[in-house]
Amino acid sequence: MLHALSLWLFCLGLWLLLSGSFDNALLLSFGALSCVLVVFVAWRVETIDPEEQPPCPRFGPQLLWYWPWLLWRVVLANVNVVKRILDPKLPIDPTMIELKPSQRSDLGRVIYANSITLTPGTVTTSLSGDNLEVHALTREGADELLAGEMDRRVAGLERRIP
Amino acid sequence: MAGLIDGLSGLALLGGVFFVIVGGVGLLRMPDFYTRLHAASITDTLGAGLILLGLMLHGGWTLVSAKLLLILSFLWLTSPTATHALVRAALSDPENPRPLLSKDAPSSKS
Repeated sequence: MLHALSLWLFCLGLWLLLSGSFDNALLLSFGALSCVLVVFVAWRVETIDPEEQPPCPRFGPQLLWYWPWLLWRVVLANVNVVKRILDPKLPIDPTMIELKPSQRSDLGRVIYANSITLTPGTVTTSLSGDNLEVHALTREGADELLAGEMDRRVAGLERRIP
Repeated sequence: MAGLIDGLSGLALLGGVFFVIVGGVGLLRMPDFYTRLHAASITDTLGAGLILLGLMLHGGWTLVSAKLLLILSFLWLTSPTATHALVRAALSDPENPRPLLSKDAPSSKS
């Protein structure tokens, strides 16, 4: 029930943000009703179980710290790749590497793989079990991933699981 | 103050345009599909990000800016997923060429 309620509140918040009408009672009630419909459909297709607790907030306040760090890394990687593209010699050195992610949960691994792909110069090509393959544009990019700072940071996000 | 915001917004828009153009140039210059993806991700991340940031600065603290921020977050969540799907599709088909690796990359010989 709590899960359904939190989904409903989330949908309603999104609806309010997108519609921007806060004073028309008729529209507001239509919005609330459509959110109820969404929750009902989600329940019917069994993506949520009414008996289930809402997913525990595995990712604590560290996530707020991780985002700015990731943003900074993305900017640095962008500048690096842009320099290489504009260099007349095109100094690239494509490499495939394999990584062993140290995150325990699936969600943590997905966040890690997506962070790698989001950073220009490195793309996750496959993620299966505890093996992660990365195509890197440059050897430095691959070395940086092998050094594993991003891996440690993403693993640090989920360390609060009891 | 308004002039400063306008200037910053213009700078962010120009920067975004620069990154989008460089992403396109990279798409043309890179030797194979897998390296082109790296160039394309410049357009996705910093190009689109700076353009949306410029528009947000222009919009101020309004609902429009909140929606732009929402667009940005959806874009940043979905574009890695799309890239990942592309790579998997390319790698899983044996007809496709394998990625050029550093030993046989023509660029590393020059």
